[in-house]
Amino acid sequence: MGNVLKIILQRLALGMLTLLIVSVVIFVAVNLLPGDFAESILGQGATPEAVASIRRDLGLDQPLVVRYFDWLGGVARGDLGSSFAQANFASFTGTNSGTKTVADQIAPRFANTMFLATVTAVIAVPFAIILGIMAALYRNSVFDRATNILTLSSISSPEFFLAYILILFLAVLNPILPSLSNIYDGMAFGDRLEKTLLPALTLTLVVTAHMMRMTRAAIINLLASPYIEMARLKGLSPIRVIVRHALPNALAPIINVIALNLAYLITGVVVVEVVFVYPGIGQLFVDSVKIRDIPVVQACCLIFAAAYILLNLTADIMSILSNPRMRHPK
Amino acid sequence: MMWFAIFLVGLAAIAWAFRFAGQAATGKAPYFRDMTFGVAYGYVIGAAVLAWLAWAYMQGRSVDPLIANKFFFLRIAIEGFIICAIAAWLFRLLGRAVGTGWSRKMFRSMPLTASFGVLTILIYAVLAIFAGVLAPYGQEQIIPGVAANIVPGGDPALGGNPDFPFGTDQIGRDILSRLIYGAQNTVGIAFATTLLAFFLGGTFGFLAATLGGWLDQLLSRAVDVLMAIPSLIFALLLMTIASVWAPRTGIPLTVFMVLIIAVIDSTRVFRLARAVGQNIVVMDYIEAAKLRGEGMGYLVFREILPNATAPLLAEFGLRFCFVFLTIAALSFLGVGIQPPLADWGTMVRDLGGFVNYAQFAPLAATAPLLAAGAIAMLTIAVNFVVDWMLQKSSGLKE
Repeated sequence: MGNVLKIILQRLALGMLTLLIVSVVIFVAVNLLPGDFAESILGQGATPEAVASIRRDLGLDQPLVVRYFDWLGGVARGDLGSSFAQANFASFTGTNSGTKTVADQIAPRFANTMFLATVTAVIAVPFAIILGIMAALYRNSVFDRATNILTLSSISSPEFFLAYILILFLAVLNPILPSLSNIYDGMAFGDRLEKTLLPALTLTLVVTAHMMRMTRAAIINLLASPYIEMARLKGLSPIRVIVRHALPNALAPIINVIALNLAYLITGVVVVEVVFVYPGIGQLFVDSVKIRDIPVVQACCLIFAAAYILLNLTADIMSILSNPRMRHPK
Repeated sequence: MMWFAIFLVGLAAIAWAFRFAGQAATGKAPYFRDMTFGVAYGYVIGAAVLAWLAWAYMQGRSVDPLIANKFFFLRIAIEGFIICAIAAWLFRLLGRAVGTGWSRKMFRSMPLTASFGVLTILIYAVLAIFAGVLAPYGQEQIIPGVAANIVPGGDPALGGNPDFPFGTDQIGRDILSRLIYGAQNTVGIAFATTLLAFFLGGTFGFLAATLGGWLDQLLSRAVDVLMAIPSLIFALLLMTIASVWAPRTGIPLTVFMVLIIAVIDSTRVFRLARAVGQNIVVMDYIEAAKLRGEGMGYLVFREILPNATAPLLAEFGLRFCFVFLTIAALSFLGVGIQPPLADWGTMVRDLGGFVNYAQFAPLAATAPLLAAGAIAMLTIAVNFVVDWMLQKSSGLKE
């Protein structure tokens, strides 16, 4: 067991290191911007004093390395800085007019996005695995071919196409679900779920296909092995052969692909949130990109990257844990 | 919900009856005797779905506009599906009859999906190359004296105009022309980006594989870091920065976008090229070439590249899809290909609101779906072809 712990700790350390380097990349990329915020907000008639004052306020007068460590230290404490769009220039107004920090802006939206991702995962994962098992069970049948074509199509369609198709059929032509997800604090769980369902279904279509195909492929890969032959010769039913004998050994690649697809959800979420006006972190990110609100862009980017790295790490660790050969090395 | 459960139970009964009838009628033929209940149930559900589709199609042809509107899109989808299937079948027949021995052989083993894919890719290529000739109007042309938002369909009674079969957009540009030019812009830019990504990723990947050592380590670690950031997020971040640089340097934003996406996607190509290259460099013929005193360029382009073509070609198709979808997503979000260039992603964003009128004016809602569907068709077609190629090369049967 000590061995496994060591491997996991190694992976964790590697993940943290990657995250650190990614934060450097993001910070440097953002600081490639020509001019700075102080100049651009004050326009051409800015006096040097005013520019200097805003720079001092936002800490832009410090050298790059100092700013990076300031930012990193803040992130570690959960302080993501203050949004440029809502910055309060204390030295001008003399008061703190209740502006929001980036963390204040992100926190509720992050919760909303996590809710959406959870709902999607709860629908998509069982659906994909059952579909994959069935496709493996009835391989090369009409059912298998039809699911193959359908999943390949849904994998390769852009998210907004799937979203509009779902809106068309489930919200406009047959008003079953709302097409706009106006979610606010203190909503009843049922209402919230109803408003989240359409974006979640869209994301389900996006991620199910890949998971299902991998499940099918992983199981079919094993069907040629001698022990499956043995189980068949014993006279077990096909479904029992697949569920009890093939599936446990196919678990590692399946878990891996599930984690990777949940990581993929993170990017998919951006477009889907924009289509459904879902108040999540993806929409905040796109809005901030458009108005160039750098601290928010930076923070969102870091959160997305962290979630992505974390899920990839989980995939890694889970596939180690599910493999007895890795758990009990010679 | 309850009706649905009753419906499923009813289907189960029909499935049992179906199996029983099959057994009785065929005198316990092995196929029916060994049929599991699940298979029988599957057949019955399939039949039910087909029956429902047929019913919906008839509803779509109904004279009552309210009912017809409701099933209009299903009707179009069913008709489109059948037309596509017939076109793919005819195309395969044509491919089997004419052409060289090699291409005939290829068409003979081709599934219908792959022939649909090849046909679609050919059509898109023709549209993209001859867009200037085929499009009735210019992509930026606001035709004088023509109203904005003409409904597609060309039926004056429904708000259409026979001169504009696909209608006009919010400022009176011909949608058909913009769709055709979109093939040129969107597909052309995506294709150029993929080529660039392959050039970058392939070159560095093969170099890393042949040289090894510190260069390999450096490149691989750099790629690891870049791949740790989700690609769409990274692209959006870099586009923010590019959107500030673009007006200052006078270089169009689209050029920045091509470079950014090419670099991000080249990391994936690098991984594949390096892995494939590493398998090849340990071969004896590479050793022989090295002993002959061949240079680096000869090794990479004459020895490694020809042996890595098959996996790289399949990857090219998939990579093209990803790049194409990324560009479409960026344009949809408003930071990709910039107006006035006609582009499908931007068109979906601009016309998207019309989907909400589908119940009363289904034709109006088709405009954004046409653009989104144009994107989906191409990526689906490429994926079908790649899927077929992979299946053929891996020789997987079961």
